[in-house]
Amino acid sequence: MKSESEHQQQTQADTSHQSENKAADIQQEVGATIGQPFVKQPKMQARHVDVFYGEKQAIYDVSLDLGKNEVVALIGPSGCGKSTFLRCMNRMNDTIPICRVSGMITLDDEDIYAEDMDPVLLRARVGMVFQKPNPFPKSIYDNVAYGARLHGLAFNKAELDEIVITSLQKAGLFDEVRDRLHEPGTGLSGGQQQRLCIARTIAVSPEVILMDEPASALDPIATAIIEELIDELRQNYTIAIVTHSMQQAARVSQRTAYFHLGKLVEIGATNQIFTNPLHELTENYITGRFG
Amino acid sequence: MDNDLNLTQHISRRYNAELEELRSDVMAMGGLVEKQLADGLIALSTSDTEIAELVATSDYKVNSMEVAIDEKCNQILARRQPAASDLRLVVAIIKTITDLERIGDEAEKLGQLSVQLADKSVTSSQFAELRHLGDHVKTMLNNALDAFARMDVADALRTIEADKQVNDEFESIMRQLITRMMEDPREIKNALRVSWCARALERIGDHASNICEYVIYLVKGKDIRHISVDKMREELV
Repeated sequence: MKSESEHQQQTQADTSHQSENKAADIQQEVGATIGQPFVKQPKMQARHVDVFYGEKQAIYDVSLDLGKNEVVALIGPSGCGKSTFLRCMNRMNDTIPICRVSGMITLDDEDIYAEDMDPVLLRARVGMVFQKPNPFPKSIYDNVAYGARLHGLAFNKAELDEIVITSLQKAGLFDEVRDRLHEPGTGLSGGQQQRLCIARTIAVSPEVILMDEPASALDPIATAIIEELIDELRQNYTIAIVTHSMQQAARVSQRTAYFHLGKLVEIGATNQIFTNPLHELTENYITGRFG
Repeated sequence: MDNDLNLTQHISRRYNAELEELRSDVMAMGGLVEKQLADGLIALSTSDTEIAELVATSDYKVNSMEVAIDEKCNQILARRQPAASDLRLVVAIIKTITDLERIGDEAEKLGQLSVQLADKSVTSSQFAELRHLGDHVKTMLNNALDAFARMDVADALRTIEADKQVNDEFESIMRQLITRMMEDPREIKNALRVSWCARALERIGDHASNICEYVIYLVKGKDIRHISVDKMREELV
Protein backbone atom coordinates (compact mmCIF):
# COMPACT_ATOMS: atom_id res chain seq x y z
CA MET A 1 0.00 0.00 0.00
CA LYS A 2 1.25 3.48 -0.84
CA SER A 3 1.27 6.52 1.39
CA GLU A 4 -0.99 9.47 0.56
CA SER A 5 1.90 11.60 -0.91
CA GLU A 6 3.11 8.74 -3.04
CA HIS A 7 -0.40 8.28 -4.21
CA GLN A 8 -0.70 11.93 -5.24
CA GLN A 9 2.58 11.76 -7.15
CA GLN A 10 1.35 8.67 -8.90
CA THR A 11 -1.92 10.40 -9.79
CA GLN A 12 -0.07 13.41 -11.22
CA ALA A 13 2.16 11.15 -13.27
CA ASP A 14 -0.88 9.30 -14.54
CA THR A 15 -2.61 12.54 -15.48
CA SER A 16 0.31 13.67 -17.66
CA HIS A 17 0.41 10.26 -19.28
CA GLN A 18 -3.32 10.26 -19.94
CA SER A 19 -3.48 13.61 -21.69
CA GLU A 20 -2.00 11.94 -24.75
CA ASN A 21 -5.09 9.96 -25.54
CA LYS A 22 -8.73 10.71 -26.13
CA ALA A 23 -10.02 8.63 -23.25
CA ALA A 24 -8.16 10.95 -20.90
CA ASP A 25 -10.04 13.99 -22.22
CA ILE A 26 -13.32 12.36 -21.33
CA GLN A 27 -11.91 11.42 -17.93
CA GLN A 28 -11.35 15.07 -17.19
CA GLU A 29 -14.95 15.83 -17.95
CA VAL A 30 -15.98 13.22 -15.40
CA GLY A 31 -14.27 15.08 -12.55
CA ALA A 32 -14.67 14.12 -8.91
CA THR A 33 -17.32 11.66 -7.79
CA ILE A 34 -20.74 13.22 -7.25
CA GLY A 35 -23.01 12.00 -4.46
CA GLN A 36 -22.38 10.23 -1.17
CA PRO A 37 -19.68 7.56 -1.52
CA PHE A 38 -19.40 7.12 2.25
CA VAL A 39 -21.84 5.76 4.84
CA LYS A 40 -22.14 5.89 8.61
CA GLN A 41 -21.70 2.16 9.18
CA PRO A 42 -19.20 0.92 6.62
CA LYS A 43 -18.38 -2.78 6.30
CA MET A 44 -15.81 -2.30 3.57
CA GLN A 45 -14.06 0.94 2.65
CA ALA A 46 -12.19 1.63 -0.57
CA ARG A 47 -10.01 4.74 -0.71
CA HIS A 48 -8.21 6.15 -3.76
CA VAL A 49 -8.15 2.81 -5.51
CA ASP A 50 -6.27 2.69 -8.82
CA VAL A 51 -6.01 -0.51 -10.83
CA PHE A 52 -3.58 -1.13 -13.68
CA TYR A 53 -3.41 -4.01 -16.14
CA GLY A 54 0.23 -3.69 -17.14
CA GLU A 55 0.59 -0.13 -18.44
CA LYS A 56 -3.10 0.41 -18.90
CA GLN A 57 -5.02 2.00 -16.05
CA ALA A 58 -8.47 0.46 -15.57
CA ILE A 59 -9.65 2.24 -12.40
CA TYR A 60 -8.95 5.84 -11.47
CA ASP A 61 -9.00 6.96 -7.85
CA VAL A 62 -12.20 5.25 -6.73
CA SER A 63 -13.34 5.77 -3.13
CA LEU A 64 -16.54 4.33 -1.74
CA ASP A 65 -18.01 2.42 1.20
CA LEU A 66 -20.09 -0.73 1.29
CA GLY A 67 -22.38 -0.25 4.28
CA LYS A 68 -23.54 -2.95 6.67
CA ASN A 69 -26.69 -4.75 5.52
CA GLU A 70 -26.97 -2.84 2.28
CA VAL A 71 -26.96 -3.81 -1.36
CA VAL A 72 -24.81 -1.54 -3.52
CA ALA A 73 -25.32 -1.85 -7.28
CA LEU A 74 -22.42 -1.04 -9.57
CA ILE A 75 -23.60 -0.03 -13.03
CA GLY A 76 -21.96 1.37 -16.14
CA PRO A 77 -21.18 0.55 -19.77
CA SER A 78 -18.94 -2.39 -20.71
CA GLY A 79 -15.31 -1.77 -19.87
CA CYS A 80 -16.08 0.92 -17.30
CA GLY A 81 -14.23 -0.97 -14.59
CA LYS A 82 -17.13 -2.06 -12.41
CA SER A 83 -16.22 -5.76 -12.48
CA THR A 84 -12.53 -4.93 -12.03
CA PHE A 85 -13.42 -2.87 -8.96
CA LEU A 86 -15.64 -5.65 -7.59
CA ARG A 87 -12.81 -8.15 -7.98
CA CYS A 88 -10.49 -5.86 -6.00
CA MET A 89 -12.78 -6.20 -3.01
CA ASN A 90 -11.74 -9.84 -2.38
CA ARG A 91 -8.39 -9.79 -4.17
CA MET A 92 -9.60 -11.87 -7.09
CA ASN A 93 -7.32 -9.66 -9.20
CA ASP A 94 -4.33 -11.28 -7.45
CA THR A 95 -4.80 -14.18 -9.86
CA ILE A 96 -4.03 -11.90 -12.84
CA PRO A 97 -0.21 -11.46 -12.91
CA ILE A 98 -0.17 -8.08 -14.75
CA CYS A 99 -2.82 -6.57 -12.50
CA ARG A 100 -1.64 -4.01 -9.94
CA VAL A 101 -3.90 -2.44 -7.32
CA SER A 102 -3.00 0.67 -5.32
CA GLY A 103 -4.91 2.64 -2.72
CA MET A 104 -6.54 1.24 0.38
CA ILE A 105 -9.35 -1.30 0.82
CA THR A 106 -10.41 -2.35 4.29
CA LEU A 107 -12.80 -4.91 5.71
CA ASP A 108 -13.88 -3.86 9.21
CA ASP A 109 -10.90 -1.45 9.28
CA GLU A 110 -8.50 -4.27 8.38
CA ASP A 111 -6.36 -3.65 5.29
CA ILE A 112 -7.21 -6.52 2.94
CA TYR A 113 -4.00 -5.98 0.95
CA ALA A 114 -1.81 -6.17 4.08
CA GLU A 115 1.01 -8.71 3.87
CA ASP A 116 -0.36 -10.83 6.70
CA MET A 117 -3.81 -11.08 5.09
CA ASP A 118 -4.37 -14.58 3.69
CA PRO A 119 -6.33 -14.17 0.43
CA VAL A 120 -7.96 -17.59 0.89
CA LEU A 121 -9.33 -16.59 4.29
CA LEU A 122 -10.29 -13.18 2.91
CA ARG A 123 -12.33 -14.81 0.15
CA ALA A 124 -14.16 -16.87 2.76
CA ARG A 125 -15.15 -13.60 4.45
CA VAL A 126 -15.83 -11.81 1.15
CA GLY A 127 -17.51 -14.37 -1.09
CA MET A 128 -18.23 -14.08 -4.77
CA VAL A 129 -20.98 -15.24 -7.13
CA PHE A 130 -20.19 -15.14 -10.84
CA GLN A 131 -22.15 -14.40 -13.99
CA LYS A 132 -22.23 -17.99 -15.20
CA PRO A 133 -23.31 -20.56 -12.62
CA ASN A 134 -20.14 -22.60 -12.02
CA PRO A 135 -20.97 -25.56 -9.77
CA PHE A 136 -18.12 -28.03 -9.22
CA PRO A 137 -18.57 -31.37 -11.03
CA LYS A 138 -19.64 -32.90 -7.73
CA SER A 139 -22.88 -33.67 -5.97
CA ILE A 140 -25.15 -30.89 -4.75
CA TYR A 141 -24.15 -31.78 -1.18
CA ASP A 142 -20.42 -31.74 -1.90
CA ASN A 143 -20.68 -28.43 -3.74
CA VAL A 144 -22.02 -26.74 -0.64
CA ALA A 145 -19.84 -28.73 1.78
CA TYR A 146 -16.64 -28.00 -0.15
CA GLY A 147 -15.77 -24.65 1.44
CA ALA A 148 -16.85 -25.75 4.90
CA ARG A 149 -14.53 -28.78 4.67
CA LEU A 150 -11.67 -26.66 3.28
CA HIS A 151 -11.90 -24.18 6.11
CA GLY A 152 -12.55 -26.86 8.75
CA LEU A 153 -15.88 -25.38 9.77
CA ALA A 154 -17.44 -28.72 10.70
CA PHE A 155 -16.06 -31.28 13.14
CA ASN A 156 -18.38 -34.13 12.26
CA LYS A 157 -20.93 -35.30 9.69
CA ALA A 158 -23.87 -33.90 11.64
CA GLU A 159 -22.36 -30.43 11.72
CA LEU A 160 -21.55 -30.57 8.02
CA ASP A 161 -25.13 -31.71 7.26
CA GLU A 162 -26.38 -28.79 9.28
CA ILE A 163 -24.22 -26.30 7.33
CA VAL A 164 -25.26 -27.75 3.96
CA ILE A 165 -28.97 -27.77 4.78
CA THR A 166 -29.00 -24.28 6.31
CA SER A 167 -27.06 -22.85 3.37
CA LEU A 168 -29.40 -24.47 0.85
CA GLN A 169 -32.37 -23.17 2.82
CA LYS A 170 -30.98 -19.63 2.90
CA ALA A 171 -30.38 -19.80 -0.84
CA GLY A 172 -34.00 -20.87 -1.29
CA LEU A 173 -33.00 -24.15 -2.95
CA PHE A 174 -33.42 -26.81 -0.27
CA ASP A 175 -37.07 -27.70 -0.95
CA GLU A 176 -36.29 -28.28 -4.62
CA VAL A 177 -33.28 -30.55 -4.04
CA ARG A 178 -33.89 -32.25 -0.66
CA ASP A 179 -34.44 -35.66 -2.33
CA ARG A 180 -31.42 -35.50 -4.60
CA LEU A 181 -28.63 -34.02 -2.53
CA HIS A 182 -26.19 -36.61 -3.83
CA GLU A 183 -26.95 -36.09 -7.49
CA PRO A 184 -24.57 -33.90 -9.55
CA GLY A 185 -24.96 -30.12 -9.16
CA THR A 186 -24.51 -29.73 -12.89
CA GLY A 187 -27.84 -31.51 -13.44
CA LEU A 188 -29.81 -28.58 -12.02
CA SER A 189 -31.42 -25.84 -14.12
CA GLY A 190 -29.50 -22.58 -14.66
CA GLY A 191 -31.39 -20.71 -11.94
CA GLN A 192 -31.00 -23.62 -9.51
CA GLN A 193 -27.27 -23.84 -10.29
CA GLN A 194 -26.88 -20.14 -9.53
CA ARG A 195 -28.70 -20.58 -6.21
CA LEU A 196 -26.43 -23.58 -5.55
CA CYS A 197 -23.43 -21.29 -6.09
CA ILE A 198 -24.97 -18.77 -3.69
CA ALA A 199 -25.49 -21.60 -1.15
CA ARG A 200 -21.84 -22.58 -1.62
CA THR A 201 -20.80 -18.99 -0.95
CA ILE A 202 -23.02 -18.71 2.14
CA ALA A 203 -21.77 -22.05 3.54
CA VAL A 204 -18.47 -20.53 4.66
CA SER A 205 -20.29 -17.77 6.59
CA PRO A 206 -19.05 -14.77 4.63
CA GLU A 207 -19.58 -11.19 5.82
CA VAL A 208 -19.73 -9.68 2.34
CA ILE A 209 -21.07 -11.19 -0.88
CA LEU A 210 -19.90 -9.84 -4.24
CA MET A 211 -22.07 -10.68 -7.23
CA ASP A 212 -20.89 -10.20 -10.78
CA GLU A 213 -24.01 -10.16 -12.97
CA PRO A 214 -25.54 -13.09 -11.07
CA ALA A 215 -28.75 -13.22 -13.07
CA SER A 216 -27.68 -12.24 -16.57
CA ALA A 217 -27.83 -15.83 -17.83
CA LEU A 218 -31.19 -16.57 -16.21
CA ASP A 219 -34.81 -16.35 -17.32
CA PRO A 220 -37.12 -13.75 -15.70
CA ILE A 221 -38.58 -16.16 -13.13
CA ALA A 222 -35.17 -17.45 -11.99
CA THR A 223 -34.02 -13.80 -11.98
CA ALA A 224 -36.93 -12.78 -9.75
CA ILE A 225 -36.11 -15.62 -7.33
CA ILE A 226 -32.43 -14.54 -7.17
CA GLU A 227 -33.46 -10.90 -6.62
CA GLU A 228 -35.83 -11.90 -3.84
CA LEU A 229 -32.99 -13.91 -2.34
CA ILE A 230 -30.62 -10.92 -2.51
CA ASP A 231 -33.14 -8.88 -0.55
CA GLU A 232 -33.38 -11.59 2.12
CA LEU A 233 -29.60 -12.04 2.31
CA ARG A 234 -29.22 -8.33 2.97
CA GLN A 235 -30.49 -8.89 6.52
CA ASN A 236 -27.28 -10.79 7.34
CA TYR A 237 -24.70 -9.73 4.78
CA THR A 238 -23.28 -6.75 2.92
CA ILE A 239 -23.78 -7.18 -0.82
CA ALA A 240 -22.25 -5.52 -3.87
CA ILE A 241 -23.73 -6.43 -7.24
CA VAL A 242 -22.51 -5.62 -10.72
CA THR A 243 -25.34 -5.66 -13.22
CA HIS A 244 -26.03 -4.60 -16.78
CA SER A 245 -29.74 -4.54 -16.08
CA MET A 246 -30.64 -1.12 -14.76
CA GLN A 247 -34.07 -2.34 -13.75
CA GLN A 248 -32.36 -4.99 -11.65
CA ALA A 249 -30.11 -2.39 -10.00
CA ALA A 250 -33.21 -0.29 -9.32
CA ARG A 251 -35.07 -3.27 -7.85
CA VAL A 252 -32.46 -4.81 -5.57
CA SER A 253 -30.12 -2.07 -4.35
CA GLN A 254 -30.27 0.65 -1.73
CA ARG A 255 -27.40 2.60 -3.27
CA THR A 256 -26.23 2.72 -6.86
CA ALA A 257 -22.76 3.62 -8.16
CA TYR A 258 -22.26 4.65 -11.78
CA PHE A 259 -18.84 3.94 -13.32
CA HIS A 260 -17.63 5.47 -16.57
CA LEU A 261 -14.22 4.84 -18.17
CA GLY A 262 -12.71 3.63 -14.92
CA LYS A 263 -14.00 6.47 -12.76
CA LEU A 264 -16.76 6.49 -10.20
CA VAL A 265 -18.91 9.26 -11.65
CA GLU A 266 -21.81 9.26 -9.24
CA ILE A 267 -23.05 7.30 -6.25
CA GLY A 268 -26.22 7.88 -4.32
CA ALA A 269 -29.48 6.44 -3.05
CA THR A 270 -30.99 4.21 -5.73
CA ASN A 271 -34.27 6.13 -5.48
CA GLN A 272 -32.48 9.33 -6.38
CA ILE A 273 -30.19 7.89 -9.08
CA PHE A 274 -33.13 6.47 -11.05
CA THR A 275 -35.43 9.47 -10.76
CA ASN A 276 -33.07 12.43 -10.58
CA PRO A 277 -29.41 11.65 -11.24
CA LEU A 278 -27.06 14.58 -10.69
CA HIS A 279 -24.45 13.87 -13.36
CA GLU A 280 -25.23 14.14 -17.04
CA LEU A 281 -23.30 10.94 -17.81
CA THR A 282 -25.43 9.00 -15.32
CA GLU A 283 -28.58 10.49 -16.82
CA ASN A 284 -27.44 9.57 -20.34
CA TYR A 285 -26.60 6.01 -19.36
CA ILE A 286 -29.75 5.14 -17.45
CA THR A 287 -32.06 6.74 -20.01
CA GLY A 288 -30.31 5.02 -22.92
CA ARG A 289 -28.92 8.15 -24.55
CA PHE A 290 -25.64 8.67 -26.34
CA GLY A 291 -22.87 9.46 -23.89
CA MET B 1 -32.11 29.23 -13.82
CA ASP B 2 -30.70 26.87 -16.40
CA ASN B 3 -32.91 24.45 -18.22
CA ASP B 4 -30.40 21.81 -18.99
CA LEU B 5 -32.68 18.99 -20.06
CA ASN B 6 -31.83 17.50 -23.40
CA LEU B 7 -34.71 15.30 -24.48
CA THR B 8 -33.30 13.99 -27.73
CA GLN B 9 -30.66 11.51 -28.81
CA HIS B 10 -31.75 8.22 -27.32
CA ILE B 11 -29.89 5.28 -28.76
CA SER B 12 -33.32 4.00 -29.77
CA ARG B 13 -34.63 6.46 -32.36
CA ARG B 14 -38.06 4.96 -32.08
CA TYR B 15 -38.10 5.77 -28.35
CA ASN B 16 -37.08 9.34 -29.19
CA ALA B 17 -39.94 9.54 -31.65
CA GLU B 18 -42.41 8.14 -29.12
CA LEU B 19 -41.46 10.71 -26.48
CA GLU B 20 -41.50 13.53 -29.03
CA GLU B 21 -44.92 12.44 -30.22
CA LEU B 22 -46.14 12.42 -26.63
CA ARG B 23 -44.91 15.96 -26.09
CA SER B 24 -46.51 17.24 -29.27
CA ASP B 25 -49.77 15.47 -28.36
CA VAL B 26 -49.79 17.36 -25.06
CA MET B 27 -49.16 20.63 -26.89
CA ALA B 28 -52.01 19.83 -29.28
CA MET B 29 -54.31 19.06 -26.35
CA GLY B 30 -53.14 22.28 -24.67
CA GLY B 31 -53.95 24.21 -27.87
CA LEU B 32 -57.44 22.74 -27.98
CA VAL B 33 -58.05 23.57 -24.32
CA GLU B 34 -56.81 27.13 -24.90
CA LYS B 35 -59.29 27.48 -27.75
CA GLN B 36 -62.11 26.14 -25.60
CA LEU B 37 -61.30 28.69 -22.92
CA ALA B 38 -60.99 31.54 -25.43
CA ASP B 39 -64.34 30.60 -27.00
CA GLY B 40 -65.93 30.32 -23.55
CA LEU B 41 -64.76 33.83 -22.72
CA ILE B 42 -66.05 35.18 -26.05
CA ALA B 43 -69.41 33.53 -25.45
CA LEU B 44 -69.53 35.09 -22.01
CA SER B 45 -68.69 38.61 -23.12
CA THR B 46 -70.69 38.69 -26.37
CA SER B 47 -73.65 36.58 -25.19
CA ASP B 48 -73.21 34.62 -28.41
CA THR B 49 -75.21 31.46 -27.74
CA GLU B 50 -73.90 29.72 -30.83
CA ILE B 51 -70.30 29.85 -29.62
CA ALA B 52 -71.48 29.05 -26.09
CA GLU B 53 -73.16 25.87 -27.28
CA LEU B 54 -70.15 24.95 -29.40
CA VAL B 55 -67.92 25.17 -26.33
CA ALA B 56 -70.37 23.17 -24.27
CA THR B 57 -70.52 20.38 -26.88
CA SER B 58 -66.82 20.25 -27.87
CA ASP B 59 -65.44 19.06 -24.55
CA TYR B 60 -65.57 15.45 -25.75
CA LYS B 61 -62.57 16.22 -28.02
CA VAL B 62 -60.46 17.21 -25.01
CA ASN B 63 -61.62 14.11 -23.14
CA SER B 64 -60.73 11.76 -25.96
CA MET B 65 -57.28 13.34 -26.29
CA GLU B 66 -56.71 12.78 -22.59
CA VAL B 67 -57.61 9.10 -22.93
CA ALA B 68 -55.37 8.68 -25.99
CA ILE B 69 -52.34 10.35 -24.37
CA ASP B 70 -52.89 8.38 -21.17
CA GLU B 71 -52.81 5.18 -23.20
CA LYS B 72 -49.56 6.20 -24.92
CA CYS B 73 -48.00 6.95 -21.51
CA ASN B 74 -49.05 3.50 -20.27
CA GLN B 75 -47.49 1.90 -23.33
CA ILE B 76 -44.20 3.73 -22.78
CA LEU B 77 -44.15 2.81 -19.07
CA ALA B 78 -44.78 -0.84 -19.89
CA ARG B 79 -42.49 -1.18 -22.90
CA ARG B 80 -39.64 1.24 -22.22
CA GLN B 81 -39.43 1.40 -18.41
CA PRO B 82 -38.30 5.02 -18.58
CA ALA B 83 -35.90 6.35 -15.93
CA ALA B 84 -34.65 9.74 -14.75
CA SER B 85 -35.75 12.64 -16.99
CA ASP B 86 -37.75 10.31 -19.27
CA LEU B 87 -39.65 8.96 -16.27
CA ARG B 88 -40.26 12.48 -15.01
CA LEU B 89 -41.48 13.50 -18.46
CA VAL B 90 -44.03 10.68 -18.62
CA VAL B 91 -45.19 11.27 -15.03
CA ALA B 92 -45.42 15.04 -15.64
CA ILE B 93 -47.46 14.41 -18.79
CA ILE B 94 -49.87 12.03 -17.05
CA LYS B 95 -50.52 14.75 -14.45
CA THR B 96 -50.57 17.63 -16.93
CA ILE B 97 -53.26 16.08 -19.10
CA THR B 98 -55.47 15.54 -16.05
CA ASP B 99 -55.27 19.26 -15.30
CA LEU B 100 -55.82 20.13 -18.97
CA GLU B 101 -58.90 17.93 -19.04
CA ARG B 102 -60.26 19.69 -15.95
CA ILE B 103 -59.59 23.08 -17.57
CA GLY B 104 -61.63 21.73 -20.48
CA ASP B 105 -64.46 20.88 -18.05
CA GLU B 106 -64.36 24.39 -16.58
CA ALA B 107 -64.47 25.89 -20.10
CA GLU B 108 -67.48 23.68 -20.85
CA LYS B 109 -69.11 25.06 -17.71
CA LEU B 110 -68.46 28.60 -18.95
CA GLY B 111 -70.24 27.69 -22.20
CA GLN B 112 -73.26 26.28 -20.37
CA LEU B 113 -73.48 29.27 -18.01
CA SER B 114 -73.12 31.69 -20.94
CA VAL B 115 -76.20 30.16 -22.54
CA GLN B 116 -78.13 30.64 -19.30
CA LEU B 117 -76.88 34.20 -18.84
CA ALA B 118 -77.32 35.27 -22.47
CA ASP B 119 -80.91 36.38 -22.23
CA LYS B 120 -80.78 37.72 -18.68
CA SER B 121 -80.29 41.31 -17.72
CA VAL B 122 -76.77 41.05 -16.36
CA THR B 123 -75.05 44.39 -15.99
CA SER B 124 -72.09 45.06 -18.23
CA SER B 125 -69.87 45.96 -15.26
CA GLN B 126 -69.99 42.37 -14.05
CA PHE B 127 -68.95 41.11 -17.45
CA ALA B 128 -66.10 43.61 -17.43
CA GLU B 129 -64.85 42.12 -14.16
CA LEU B 130 -65.22 38.59 -15.50
CA ARG B 131 -63.49 39.53 -18.74
CA HIS B 132 -60.56 40.91 -16.84
CA LEU B 133 -60.30 37.75 -14.74
CA GLY B 134 -60.75 35.66 -17.90
CA ASP B 135 -57.94 37.45 -19.75
CA HIS B 136 -55.69 36.97 -16.79
CA VAL B 137 -56.41 33.24 -16.59
CA LYS B 138 -56.04 32.87 -20.37
CA THR B 139 -52.55 34.40 -20.17
CA MET B 140 -51.69 32.08 -17.29
CA LEU B 141 -52.71 29.01 -19.28
CA ASN B 142 -50.82 30.27 -22.30
CA ASN B 143 -47.67 30.85 -20.23
CA ALA B 144 -47.99 27.47 -18.52
CA LEU B 145 -48.11 25.70 -21.88
CA ASP B 146 -45.18 27.79 -23.14
CA ALA B 147 -43.20 26.88 -20.02
CA PHE B 148 -44.01 23.22 -20.71
CA ALA B 149 -42.99 23.47 -24.38
CA ARG B 150 -39.72 25.23 -23.59
CA MET B 151 -39.18 23.53 -20.21
CA ASP B 152 -38.64 26.97 -18.78
CA VAL B 153 -38.45 26.93 -14.99
CA ALA B 154 -38.31 30.73 -14.63
CA ASP B 155 -41.49 31.17 -16.72
CA ALA B 156 -43.18 28.41 -14.75
CA LEU B 157 -42.38 30.15 -11.46
CA ARG B 158 -43.69 33.49 -12.73
CA THR B 159 -46.93 31.84 -13.80
CA ILE B 160 -47.36 30.22 -10.39
CA GLU B 161 -46.88 33.64 -8.82
CA ALA B 162 -49.53 35.12 -11.12
CA ASP B 163 -52.13 32.79 -9.58
CA LYS B 164 -52.21 34.92 -6.45
CA GLN B 165 -53.53 37.87 -8.46
CA VAL B 166 -56.20 35.63 -9.98
CA ASN B 167 -57.29 34.55 -6.52
CA ASP B 168 -57.44 38.18 -5.35
CA GLU B 169 -59.57 39.16 -8.34
CA PHE B 170 -61.88 36.23 -7.68
CA GLU B 171 -62.32 37.29 -4.05
CA SER B 172 -63.09 40.83 -5.17
CA ILE B 173 -65.77 39.66 -7.64
CA MET B 174 -67.32 37.48 -4.95
CA ARG B 175 -67.50 40.43 -2.55
CA GLN B 176 -69.25 42.54 -5.16
CA LEU B 177 -71.72 39.77 -5.95
CA ILE B 178 -72.55 39.23 -2.28
CA THR B 179 -73.22 42.95 -1.90
CA ARG B 180 -75.51 42.84 -4.95
CA MET B 181 -77.38 39.84 -3.67
CA MET B 182 -77.96 41.54 -0.33
CA GLU B 183 -79.15 44.71 -2.03
CA ASP B 184 -81.57 43.00 -4.39
CA PRO B 185 -82.58 39.39 -3.70
CA ARG B 186 -84.13 39.14 -7.18
CA GLU B 187 -80.57 39.21 -8.53
CA ILE B 188 -79.50 36.15 -6.57
CA LYS B 189 -80.06 33.66 -9.37
CA ASN B 190 -77.97 35.58 -11.90
CA ALA B 191 -75.39 36.62 -9.37
CA LEU B 192 -74.87 32.96 -8.49
CA ARG B 193 -74.35 32.12 -12.16
CA VAL B 194 -71.79 34.90 -12.49
CA SER B 195 -70.08 33.61 -9.35
CA TRP B 196 -69.91 30.12 -10.85
CA CYS B 197 -68.25 31.61 -13.94
CA ALA B 198 -65.74 33.39 -11.71
CA ARG B 199 -65.19 30.19 -9.77
CA ALA B 200 -64.56 28.25 -13.01
CA LEU B 201 -61.98 30.84 -14.08
CA GLU B 202 -60.28 30.78 -10.71
CA ARG B 203 -60.04 26.99 -10.90
CA ILE B 204 -58.47 27.23 -14.36
CA GLY B 205 -55.79 29.45 -12.80
CA ASP B 206 -55.13 26.73 -10.20
CA HIS B 207 -54.83 24.06 -12.90
CA ALA B 208 -52.43 26.23 -14.95
CA SER B 209 -50.40 26.71 -11.80
CA ASN B 210 -50.33 22.92 -11.26
CA ILE B 211 -49.02 22.41 -14.79
CA CYS B 212 -46.16 24.80 -13.98
CA GLU B 213 -45.33 22.76 -10.89
CA TYR B 214 -45.05 19.64 -13.09
CA VAL B 215 -42.73 21.56 -15.45
CA ILE B 216 -40.44 22.35 -12.51
CA TYR B 217 -40.58 18.71 -11.39
CA LEU B 218 -39.75 17.60 -14.92
CA VAL B 219 -36.78 19.94 -15.35
CA LYS B 220 -35.35 20.07 -11.84
CA GLY B 221 -36.52 16.75 -10.41
CA LYS B 222 -37.92 18.56 -7.39
CA ASP B 223 -41.46 18.26 -6.14
CA ILE B 224 -42.46 21.78 -5.14
CA ARG B 225 -46.18 21.23 -4.64
CA HIS B 226 -47.93 22.61 -1.59
CA ILE B 227 -45.24 25.12 -0.63
CA SER B 228 -45.09 28.92 -0.86
CA VAL B 229 -43.54 30.61 -3.88
CA ASP B 230 -40.72 32.01 -1.72
CA LYS B 231 -39.93 28.51 -0.47
CA MET B 232 -40.03 27.27 -4.07
CA ARG B 233 -37.42 29.82 -5.06
CA GLU B 234 -35.23 28.77 -2.14
CA GLU B 235 -35.57 25.10 -3.13
CA LEU B 236 -34.64 25.80 -6.71
CA VAL B 237 -31.52 27.85 -6.03
